[in-house]
Amino acid sequence: MMTRNIVKYAALVSIVAGLTGSVTASQAASESATLDAVKARGELICGVDTGMPGFAFQDSSGEWKGLDVSYCRAIAAAVLGDPQKVKFIGTTSKVRFTVLQSREIDVLVRDSEYTLARNSQLRLMEPAVNFYTGQTFMARKSLGVSHVKELDGATICVLTGTTLETNIADYNRAMKIKINTLLFDKPEEAFAAADAQRCDGYTDDSGSVAAARSTMKVPEDWVILPETISSQAQGAFTRYDDDQWTTIVKWTHGAMLKAEALGITKANVDELKSTSTDPQVKKFLGVEGELGGALGLNNDFAYQIVKGVGNYAEVYDEYFGSKGLQLPRGLNELYTKGGLQYVASWY
Amino acid sequence: MAILLEQRPKASPTTSSAASTSSMTRPMDPTSLTQEGSKGLRSRISNWLRRNLFGSLANTILTLSVLILLGLTVPRFIDWAITHASIGGNSKSACSGDGACWTFIKVRLATFIYGHYPAGELWRVNVAAILLAILIIPVIRQHVKRRGLWLLGLVIGYPAVACVLLIGGTLGLPFVPTDLWGGLMLNVVMTFIALVGSFVLGTLLALGRRSTLPIVRLLSVGFIELWRAVPLLTILFMSAVMLPLFLPDGVSIDRLVRAIVALTLFTSAYMAEVVRGGLQSVPEGQEEAAYSLGLRWIDVQIFVLLPQAFRQALPAIINTAVELFKDTTLVTMIGVFDLLGAVTLASKDPNWIGYVKEGYVFAMLVFFVCCFSMSFYGRRVERRLNRDRSNAG
Repeated sequence: MMTRNIVKYAALVSIVAGLTGSVTASQAASESATLDAVKARGELICGVDTGMPGFAFQDSSGEWKGLDVSYCRAIAAAVLGDPQKVKFIGTTSKVRFTVLQSREIDVLVRDSEYTLARNSQLRLMEPAVNFYTGQTFMARKSLGVSHVKELDGATICVLTGTTLETNIADYNRAMKIKINTLLFDKPEEAFAAADAQRCDGYTDDSGSVAAARSTMKVPEDWVILPETISSQAQGAFTRYDDDQWTTIVKWTHGAMLKAEALGITKANVDELKSTSTDPQVKKFLGVEGELGGALGLNNDFAYQIVKGVGNYAEVYDEYFGSKGLQLPRGLNELYTKGGLQYVASWY
Repeated sequence: MAILLEQRPKASPTTSSAASTSSMTRPMDPTSLTQEGSKGLRSRISNWLRRNLFGSLANTILTLSVLILLGLTVPRFIDWAITHASIGGNSKSACSGDGACWTFIKVRLATFIYGHYPAGELWRVNVAAILLAILIIPVIRQHVKRRGLWLLGLVIGYPAVACVLLIGGTLGLPFVPTDLWGGLMLNVVMTFIALVGSFVLGTLLALGRRSTLPIVRLLSVGFIELWRAVPLLTILFMSAVMLPLFLPDGVSIDRLVRAIVALTLFTSAYMAEVVRGGLQSVPEGQEEAAYSLGLRWIDVQIFVLLPQAFRQALPAIINTAVELFKDTTLVTMIGVFDLLGAVTLASKDPNWIGYVKEGYVFAMLVFFVCCFSMSFYGRRVERRLNRDRSNAG
């Protein structure tokens, strides 16, 4: 009788111990299902555009390139320590949010605008705005125009079926000027018309205008005007239910801006890591402090990002700046230089 | 409108219709012509022209307007595509800008055909393609011994071999995930699997629809009509967007597999109707005779009805295959980069923006060659069937 009780007791204890054990084990993993999945998989699954100059495209060797693609690589570098550990999923505008909701992808970086409806109805977060854009104009250099309101009387090639036309009408009314429009269905037709001197300029989102400029017979004959007459904030989307993952994406962007502000580049990051005495740089690169660990990442996550893809300026330059589509940084400058990209404090 | 429809095959001899082809050859029948050398040839030509192109006022107007249209477009196209075109160099700067820039195609050719299949493993795709050709030729040639064996090899043996070759992961072949697949290879893979799958499923459905068991018949009819009533694009979106929402967390099915399953189910509904048409064309006496010999239902279907039905349905099956091959380009919509998707994607590279025309012309040529050779074969089969039928009758 006694022995039977002991056996029962021992069994009970071992069950309880087992349960506690499993509870502690699950606490040891992070609170983020996405982070755990990415770490277990050893690969980030990132949704990108199916082809958009500057944002996501493939080079001749078939490698994914672009601003959005670099963000995917930066997140992979932060989480896994390797910018190459990304699987890119091309998403069309119709399926982009659903593949994120259905957990087919971990994060969506696809030149998509941040709106209230997407935030609330689709239950998606946009923690990082990697590209501020808006309706931009490109004009023939010979017109000598440097501001949009000087386009009074000019004819601009525009795509139909978008808000581009209404924006121009609103702008005309507000400024009491008359910018004429010539309408087209397809971008290629509008480009050709602009090249054939049927209009004095072309208008679209800033990235598309920059792409349009690069298709002109003599791109140098065209100038992109600095102002925008509408605005959009595009960036990375994550799911509503994963705060830790959302925070990681947010601070991946933060790290790229911070690196630019601190003057840390892909080229000098190794040197600064070992020689810098600046406490800001040391904290940023994870030499001091525990900031990465609190995110659920390695302490040197910011170092991995800069080492893997570079700072924001380097990435922008490669795809939109001097090495890419020749689009002035404008709104995407750091806030210290008159742009909207705010460099958050690190501690 | 009726005139238009009637004239079309005559104006363009490539249109597929065995009936119109044979009627077209009649005026050229050499026995009906005088044998006066060049004069005869001239009268032969003018005779043919009068009959086929200038037969009536409406015909003449049509012919002239087609000629004017061709005169306006063709020289400009040739100017663009050949005379002023450039193909040298490796970048945009090598192109003059006046004509087509085939350099774009040259530089991107590997992506257009293989997608991102690792460069060192391309031989696997090539071997798979050659194997496919080796197996297809005896299946479609007319006088081949043991055609059934070749067909079995193609339908059962080949998919297994190709699967090992393309996916790898065993026998020392490195694993290549399907998201690296792309380009024309993907169109061919999708067409092949969906065709074989829909052929099997479609045959079962066709038999089911003719079945005397009410539940089987109802289910078959329901399946066929459901899939035929929904556009393919909707089905692809469903497979890409809705399906993952219904699956439990953490379970995900490869998106290429989902696309192939969607294509297969869609095509099998059409295939079922094609096979059913073939079954209906088999004279009833065949079935009755087979039963009177004491054969079971399954034997009657496999050995008597289906072989004859497939023979009759072959042109329509080929037609379905051509449609399927073209439909595979729709997967671009769900972010799978087939040939057309690869072309569009390549044209977004800032180094090559503005050269999408060349890409589309290239894709058009590839699709034309593939589809035309399929329908050409289909037409030959049809003619052969007609001949056999008239010989038998």
